[in-house]
Amino acid sequence: MSELNKLTISDARAKLRAGDVTSVELTEACLKTIEDAGTLNAFVHHTPEIALDQAKAADARIAAGNAPDMCGIPLGIKDLFCTKGVPSQAGSAILSGFRPEYESTITLQLWDSGSIMLGKLNMDEFAMGSSNETSTYGNVVNPWRRGNDDAALTPGGSSGGSASAVAADLCLAATGTDTGGSIRQPAAFVGITGIKPTYGRCSRWGVVAFASSLDQAGPMTKSVRDAAIMLAAMSGHDPKDSTSADLAVPDFEAALTGDIRGKKIGIPKEYRMDGMPDEIEKLWADGTAMLRDAGAEIVDISLPHTKYALPAYYVIAPAEASSNLARYDGVRYGHRAKLAKGEGIDDMYEKTRAEGFGPEVQRRVMIGTYVLSAGFYDAYYRRAQRVRTLIKKDFENVFDAGIEAILTPATPSAAFGLGEMADADPVQMYLNDVFTVTVNLAGLPGIAVPAGLDKQGLPLGLQLIGRPWEEGDLLNSAYVLEQAAGFVSKPGKWW
Amino acid sequence: MSIDKDTARRVAHLARIRVEEDALPALAEEFNAILGFIEQLNEVDIEGVEPMTSVTPMPLKRRADVVTDGGQQDKILKNAPDAREGFFAVPKVVE
Repeated sequence: MSELNKLTISDARAKLRAGDVTSVELTEACLKTIEDAGTLNAFVHHTPEIALDQAKAADARIAAGNAPDMCGIPLGIKDLFCTKGVPSQAGSAILSGFRPEYESTITLQLWDSGSIMLGKLNMDEFAMGSSNETSTYGNVVNPWRRGNDDAALTPGGSSGGSASAVAADLCLAATGTDTGGSIRQPAAFVGITGIKPTYGRCSRWGVVAFASSLDQAGPMTKSVRDAAIMLAAMSGHDPKDSTSADLAVPDFEAALTGDIRGKKIGIPKEYRMDGMPDEIEKLWADGTAMLRDAGAEIVDISLPHTKYALPAYYVIAPAEASSNLARYDGVRYGHRAKLAKGEGIDDMYEKTRAEGFGPEVQRRVMIGTYVLSAGFYDAYYRRAQRVRTLIKKDFENVFDAGIEAILTPATPSAAFGLGEMADADPVQMYLNDVFTVTVNLAGLPGIAVPAGLDKQGLPLGLQLIGRPWEEGDLLNSAYVLEQAAGFVSKPGKWW
Repeated sequence: MSIDKDTARRVAHLARIRVEEDALPALAEEFNAILGFIEQLNEVDIEGVEPMTSVTPMPLKRRADVVTDGGQQDKILKNAPDAREGFFAVPKVVE
């Protein structure tokens, strides 16, 4: 059987259960495709032996009957997840050589459910970036191109390796993480689905921390149904993460009824940005019409503090990062700088961190240090935390008024060229997350769904935002949007 | 609020990141661009608003105050750049 790597999780599940295909065959198809896709630089650590061992075990389990939904499904794992005995560097040189002695809760749950690890996926260093250009492994390349133009495009970031790998069918699905948009923005840039669940739905234990109050993991998949299936396997209470919610995990897939009649969907006027490309505007209007045609009630809403989400984020996230990344000091793991004679421990810290962290990570750690430093804490950090309360309140107000989901564009543009933003100041790059970052600040679930192509042939995505813990309902709305948009385009293979 | 070279040097030191003297002016300029963006927060009326401490309010779970983990010195030292005799080794700290 050819091109097994192109299957969705749900199709592969059916074929595995019917005995039409084995997990070993699926896994071998993916491994072969990965081998031929080095140009994309998506997979940075390959684990074929682990994959084939897991695949054999999965086949035995499927043959025995009652295997879980994810059993036998080959996945790519973002480098941010600690995987036992397998390099886990968070895309950073400072963790070079680090092989965790433990497994993250999410990956452990995935392996327990029978999923297959093909390898580790490239990402922006410590998940800080929107273009996957800050990685110590080098840039990831988007499998999509602008028509016949061979300029290399970004897959977005920080989960750029995950996005590129899923879009290029190197794996059936991948894990991602999202602190300000790092699942949804890359998903939109490559024409796949990505969901960031409610804060606390997935355990953060064993996932390298960037900004702990914002970080959430989620699946990046080829369909909304796949997102529902994989999210269920990643979710659940974990005593090792004190912020993980002790709530039962609903059957997300069962929520995909395709019926959203009477559902109130809000269109926030503040997301209509100055200078937004007409194509994004049109995509948003088209998406709104699709949901209306499906029977939803469309309501104009206001989220008045939207404009302040990015500046608040660029206080809170660097502040938390400066604290979280203090652990990279050359003592316990990873890189340690060579010292000259007479240099002491402070030299070791300073040289190790200067050599090990790239420019964007250094910048954010220092900004975070500054906003938390004596005399500035109230003016910056505390103020940002108060603005964060207001941003969350905006959402609570519309949900209290009966709104069940909110539709917005996922990104302010289609994928841009690698290197195109090199001369822009850092703030220009931060604007990529303008539509996604509010969701992290409010701890809500958000999903990016591919909804169309721009005039250069690049995918564009829409975002749906849901109420806390209502991922099932959110996925159902996304499912309706997916069916109506009928996005089936794939990048032509040039790599 | 404008960050000068001296402030940039101080912040770099607080963050324990070595920044060479000739790189400080550019760093200060980047800080100023980012802080300029952040300054927008001053427009927001935050009178009487509590700072957010937990995005999904939930009580922290309690457990008995007993040892639940340990006895894995070898695993903990496994990734250390320099470990000796069961300890992390670092340059001399106390004179």
